[in-house]
Amino acid sequence: MTLVKIDKKQWAQGLEALQKAYRLFGPAQEKDYYSFKSLDTGEQPDLGFTNSRLSPKALLFPQSDTIIEFSLDENDEDHHIMKPVEKDNSPQAVLGVRPCDAKAVTLVNLNFDTPEYQDPYWVKALEATTFVGLACDEPRSTCFCTSTGCGPYNEEGLDVLLIDGEDHFLAKLLTDKGQALAEAAGWNTPVGDAAEIESRKEAAEAKITSAVEMDNLKNQDLMELHNASFWEDIAFACLNCGTCTYTCPTCWCFDLQDEVHGKSGTRMKNWDSCMFPLFTVHTTGHNPRGTKTQRVRQRFMHKLKYFVDKYDTGIMCVGCGRCVSQCPVNIDIRKVCNLMNSYNAAEVACAVNE
Amino acid sequence: MSEYNDKIKEISARLLKECQVDMVIGFRKGSMPMMNEPCFINNAEDAAQLVWDSNCGINLANYLTNRKEKIGIIAKGCDSRNIVTHIIENKISREQLYIIGVPCQGMIDKHKINAMFEGEIQDVAENGQKITVTIDGKENALEKADVLQKNCAVCIHRNPVIFDEMVAEPVEEQKDVDRYADVREIEAMTSEEKWNTFEELLSPCIRCYACKNACPLCYCPTCFVDESKPQWVGKGQDPTDVRTFHFLRAFHCGGRCTDCGACERACPVGINMRVFTKKLEKDSFEQFGWEAGLTLDERPPLDTYRPDDPDDFIR
Repeated sequence: MTLVKIDKKQWAQGLEALQKAYRLFGPAQEKDYYSFKSLDTGEQPDLGFTNSRLSPKALLFPQSDTIIEFSLDENDEDHHIMKPVEKDNSPQAVLGVRPCDAKAVTLVNLNFDTPEYQDPYWVKALEATTFVGLACDEPRSTCFCTSTGCGPYNEEGLDVLLIDGEDHFLAKLLTDKGQALAEAAGWNTPVGDAAEIESRKEAAEAKITSAVEMDNLKNQDLMELHNASFWEDIAFACLNCGTCTYTCPTCWCFDLQDEVHGKSGTRMKNWDSCMFPLFTVHTTGHNPRGTKTQRVRQRFMHKLKYFVDKYDTGIMCVGCGRCVSQCPVNIDIRKVCNLMNSYNAAEVACAVNE
Repeated sequence: MSEYNDKIKEISARLLKECQVDMVIGFRKGSMPMMNEPCFINNAEDAAQLVWDSNCGINLANYLTNRKEKIGIIAKGCDSRNIVTHIIENKISREQLYIIGVPCQGMIDKHKINAMFEGEIQDVAENGQKITVTIDGKENALEKADVLQKNCAVCIHRNPVIFDEMVAEPVEEQKDVDRYADVREIEAMTSEEKWNTFEELLSPCIRCYACKNACPLCYCPTCFVDESKPQWVGKGQDPTDVRTFHFLRAFHCGGRCTDCGACERACPVGINMRVFTKKLEKDSFEQFGWEAGLTLDERPPLDTYRPDDPDDFIR
């Protein structure tokens, strides 16, 4: 790891240099929220944000992505041939990614890039991307990243971690991609002493007061959790909208859809949501997850139990708090995680018998 | 309105203790400022969880659809009108319900309050018509009238229209409110201006469907957006499909919408999709003299025919 100092006076100049080698993305304010968008030449990322409304996962895995085109016109030589849509996989850099969202990319990657199967769209986009993270010094009350195996200065998934000083950034160059980006930007003023970062990191971590308990999830019996008594209470308020899944940086489910206009057609990859009834409807019309409670249970069991058991890398949640703050009816994953972690089926059975 | 709390708890505990109902549907305190969580309780001890304040904007009639139990439900004016609509449309029967009526003094607009301040809101407290917003330990005083949900500001049915028991004396209804100023503004636009307005309005939509799912009117066993054999509407982010969803949803609510504002409140990105349903509400009122959910004794105008129904729109 190399540590360099970037004078803020040289920031814009560095970005200008980067524009020549990378497609740049960064946070920008739209109405009363932030989102990650493509930065035009000379445009600065707005780093005065806490976090974006939707996570930057959409830059690798767009909500709606056309992947194949075809013609149904039999006069065309290549009618009915599925042709891949060319993707721009030239180098791109995402500036201002929060550590939670970068960690989330590593979790999604567990699913999209396995020894057996690789999602080519994700893998190529990820390969082309350099993530320039921004350490979080002002976390929100809904942030609980320190208890999910992440943290406001966490480095997983990042190529560079920026730490915001008054008149400068400290930049930790974490990977070869990060080194290459710093070189392209001309950020090469070395700094020897990293002590400042340690104390800043501790101060940021101390500001995160919200937490989840997850130490016991792996030991819990899967079927006991599945049949736990609290699901109806947890699910009652749920509207079965897609807010939690769409705002989640770790939700990876998608649906393939063909659309035809006249004689030309496209195949799209669209975000899907386990909250929607259609998510599991069979072609027979049967829906194995036909009720709201089953769907809510699925979401939490996937994130907090099945994933834990399958990958042994903790929960499928980085503690960004988006679902907590945006759920229209205030269903709180922190509460559900703690309930699942502490659930004791025998005790509940006793209480019922009494 | 928080003064209703004790009475709500007392009635709910009594109903459950006396086995008059199997469950009571109400709100419990949320984990975020300006958020309460719809919940049910099924034993008297849990009645202490129930809360009432200006953050109960979600319409609880939505939670009644096709339930089989005997249910106590806490209902403000608009909830009660949607309960009436539910009964008329056979989604629940009157006999199943014990309606605990709450004279409503309006809900506060969390999107608006969030947008008013820089920084994260730690706490929002209320005392009558005073709202206190705490940010960074600093208190900011607001008048409730200035931060009401848009639908509440123009509501003329704050008192429940149907109930078994009230938690307090009825409140005075708002008079001389201009209910349709926003609709008239759009009506006055040219087609092109309307198009641009709607496009701008819907541009942040992520198609999470929180609006339709928060709506008590949206209870079709399979919503048209979920139809797959054949599929009715595209699933991507193509603006045509986004518009199709919003416009069709609104038309499904024609003559049934009570302007409860649950759709707008539920929207995670703050889209004011109420302007669509409100136009239909206005048309229902002007053409048929109809306000949804006021009576069990009359069918809504769009599922009845009368020889003198207006027909000038047929050209």
